[in-house]
Amino acid sequence: MMQFMLLFSRQGKLRLQKWYQAYPDKTKKKITRELIATILARKPKMCSFLEWKDLKVVYKRYASLYFCCAIEQDDNELLTLEVIHRYVELLDKYFGSVCELDIIFNFEKAYFMCDELLLGGEIQETSKKNVLKAIAAQDLLQEDEAVEGALREIGLL
Amino acid sequence: MWGYQPEPGILPPEENRRFNAPFNMATIKQVINEAVERVRMPTPVRLRDLIRHIRAARTAAEERAVVNKECALIRACFREDDSLWRCRNLAKLLYIHMLGYPAHFGQLECLKLIASPRFTDKRIGYLGAMLLLDERQDVHLLITNSLKNDLNSTTQFVVGLALCTLGAIASPEMARDLASEIDRLARSPNAYIRKKAALCAFRVVRKVPESIEIFLPATRSLLTEKNHGVLITGVTLITEMCEKSPDTLAHFKKLVPNLVRILKNLILAGYSPEHDVSGVSDPFLQVKILRLLRILGRGDPETSEAMNDVLAQVATNTETTKNVGNTILYETVLSIMDIQSESGLRVLAINILGRFLLNNDKNIRYVALNTLLKTSAKDLSAVQRHRSTILECLKDPDVSIRRRAMELCVALVNHSNVRSMITELLLFVERSPEPEFKSVCSSHIMHCADKFSPDNKWRLETLLRVIVAAGNNVRDDVVSSTIQLISDSPRELQASITADFWRELCVDKIDRQPLVQVAMWSLGEYGDIMLYDSEFASKLTEEEILDVYQRMLWAPQNNIVTKQYALLSLVKLSTRFKSALQRINRMVEQFGSHLHIEMQQRGVEFTALFSQYDHLRPSLLERMPPIPNTKPKMDEMGGDSPEMESLVIDQVVEQQDSSNALLLLLGTSTAETAILPDTNINSIENNQDLLDLLGGLDGPSLNNVDIPKAPIHKPSMTVFEKDNLKINFEVEQTIDGGYEILMTAYNFSNNQTLDNFVLQAAVPKTFVLKMQPASSTQLPPTGEITQVISIKNPTNGVLRMRLRICYSVNGQTVTEQAEVNQFSPTS
Repeated sequence: MMQFMLLFSRQGKLRLQKWYQAYPDKTKKKITRELIATILARKPKMCSFLEWKDLKVVYKRYASLYFCCAIEQDDNELLTLEVIHRYVELLDKYFGSVCELDIIFNFEKAYFMCDELLLGGEIQETSKKNVLKAIAAQDLLQEDEAVEGALREIGLL
Repeated sequence: MWGYQPEPGILPPEENRRFNAPFNMATIKQVINEAVERVRMPTPVRLRDLIRHIRAARTAAEERAVVNKECALIRACFREDDSLWRCRNLAKLLYIHMLGYPAHFGQLECLKLIASPRFTDKRIGYLGAMLLLDERQDVHLLITNSLKNDLNSTTQFVVGLALCTLGAIASPEMARDLASEIDRLARSPNAYIRKKAALCAFRVVRKVPESIEIFLPATRSLLTEKNHGVLITGVTLITEMCEKSPDTLAHFKKLVPNLVRILKNLILAGYSPEHDVSGVSDPFLQVKILRLLRILGRGDPETSEAMNDVLAQVATNTETTKNVGNTILYETVLSIMDIQSESGLRVLAINILGRFLLNNDKNIRYVALNTLLKTSAKDLSAVQRHRSTILECLKDPDVSIRRRAMELCVALVNHSNVRSMITELLLFVERSPEPEFKSVCSSHIMHCADKFSPDNKWRLETLLRVIVAAGNNVRDDVVSSTIQLISDSPRELQASITADFWRELCVDKIDRQPLVQVAMWSLGEYGDIMLYDSEFASKLTEEEILDVYQRMLWAPQNNIVTKQYALLSLVKLSTRFKSALQRINRMVEQFGSHLHIEMQQRGVEFTALFSQYDHLRPSLLERMPPIPNTKPKMDEMGGDSPEMESLVIDQVVEQQDSSNALLLLLGTSTAETAILPDTNINSIENNQDLLDLLGGLDGPSLNNVDIPKAPIHKPSMTVFEKDNLKINFEVEQTIDGGYEILMTAYNFSNNQTLDNFVLQAAVPKTFVLKMQPASSTQLPPTGEITQVISIKNPTNGVLRMRLRICYSVNGQTVTEQAEVNQFSPTS
């Protein structure tokens, strides 16, 4: 099970945080700070895994963003790399050639995408098509509601 | 007559009723709107505008100002209870929260948004709940009702949202409340809902293991689905159930044929674009199934038999060019090693790992080293084949790989390859910049040297290299064990080692206290052999050696202990060297006024040795006899000196038959175990005793049974006091959480002797108890007996102890019991 997932930039700014384990707020902040510092200090040639406290941390850098996941001792690290890659592919498909700005300005959509791929720290859907279909359907629901609301305001409904 | 009426022209239009404004709905509406506009807040700024604004801030203070202003506006809006913009405001608040600012005032708003009928509101509300409302918050439970309603919604996406949130933040209470709902949804015909419900159940099972029974029926149909999402979530749920409960594990063993079939289909089926990752069909599902197979096959030969086939198939058919293939192979290897697989399969697995080690991708190498480390515990011979590759990994640029490789190398050392391996490891210690590496590796090397060294000379040289390479980062007992080894060696070896140490000493480096200490000691003992009897004879003079002493004694980087070593060895040299008496005397005298009390004391006492007690000096400073080996040697034959052994044999024999009685005495309810006293030799503190040798001028023989040097200034606790007998414990805690207890028994009576005094102790099961033999079994009047008790504490538990004291007085046997529940060790 994944314990948490963090996305942060090269300057150490947090762009997304998904916690699947309950920690107090202070602890979350401390973990985030320490982990970001540790990972940013690593050289590019180093391997993507590191031991941290009693968890394994898997991280990968995509352009200017670091995707970092903490997993338990008996989870498969290479599989987590695949999960991270799948997430990036989904975001890429959704935003059309995703970049860090997309994630900054549409962070809630990035969260929604994550919630369609993972639930409770485990993968829930292995088909890219299905994930994107679900997201598209939910976005459509939102749009329908917005249109409905606008029409109601004007008085046409 | 008429009151004053202001000019109509200056009145605002609302009051100017002389305008014959049309009195219809449009004007009334306009009037009302304008009035409302004045009271109502302005439309909140949009999310992206806020983000842009914050990013445009150039300093942290500026950003804080923007954020605080916006927070104030948001708070005001929340107070207004305005449902129109609540969604937008919460989204902004979540962004602000991610930047690190407090956002707890948004928690209740999440609840209101969740309760709204609009999907947009629910989406943002649930997101807010997942970010702000984890199970540690007070308002957490208020969500339960909304969740329940949404779990029963007709829109599948609303149900999905609720399940997702439940999976992320469920507390045990919430999990119990909603378990039945989740179970119902896990049987839904809708695959979208079903897969989410299965993972939600997985989280509930994690939090509340008793709920396994609730979800058991639903799992039956999860594996017959075609939908990969439902399959993978079902496998995850079943895996968690099996891990949590062995009964469920047995129940699910019948699923193995199904799992094997699904896996086979995945491998052999054609290209399925939906689930394909770089040519591999649904690697996520394959890995999950492999993991479940591993858990089901663990320890069960029959079940393992059923999966041998498919494991071999996966291992051979998977493409290894991309990371995906390697992922599956990795999981396969883990499964093969864990179940009771046949030997051919295990060889296949080790070979795969060997191939991994040669892979260019450092992640794969890391993973291979890790797995090899785990399997080396079981299958050392197979791993030996890859020794050379592992040695290569010691030089890898990545620190995690180096650490793994080091641990693996240490595990691979045996009698045949000890020399080459240790050489490589020593190179590693010398080269590695990280201090914790040095200390860990050097202690491993020492341990290996203890176990596998072919002869003493090699061992001493290795120890020397370790001390030189690791500097200050060595194990605590390296100095004493090196000294003991040197003292135990033949004369030529002593000379050559002293020469080696001398050479190292001359190299000017800091941070190597253990080296200086050992060097000083051996120079002090064997300096004359080195100077006059070995090849150094003509190359060195006493003056040069004394110059080095002068430097060492006054160097600021040497700590007090090192200087104490140096001073003592200098004094020893006064009897060994031929022409240095005056100089040594002068040097020692200087310390008579040293600032540090210990050094000053030594200085004064040694100076006295040169003046008043000069006649005692030669005999006092005679060369030391070989120090007996005090460490329990684990794998080696012999090495304990015979005199020691005979002394403890009778203690052991006597106490062995009473230990069973102790077991019966203590009963089994508290799960305590009685421990036999140790057959090993007593530990003697070499460091302290070297100096105390001078203190006790009647010379305590080093072959005494027990000189437990009770460290001074340690408060003691009385554990038993009755009938003129008092037993004290002086407790000291060791670094790894264990305890060193010095037991002292006092006899306060004036005429009664307590004979056959035996102390037995029992501790809880998780502790390891070792009792050294007592100093004696007879307690004369006003006498005392001491005994050292060592306790290892691997689980860091709370120590309790039960004691049984037996002795005989006036022909009568007395048995007493005592219990110690609180061990308050000194700091």
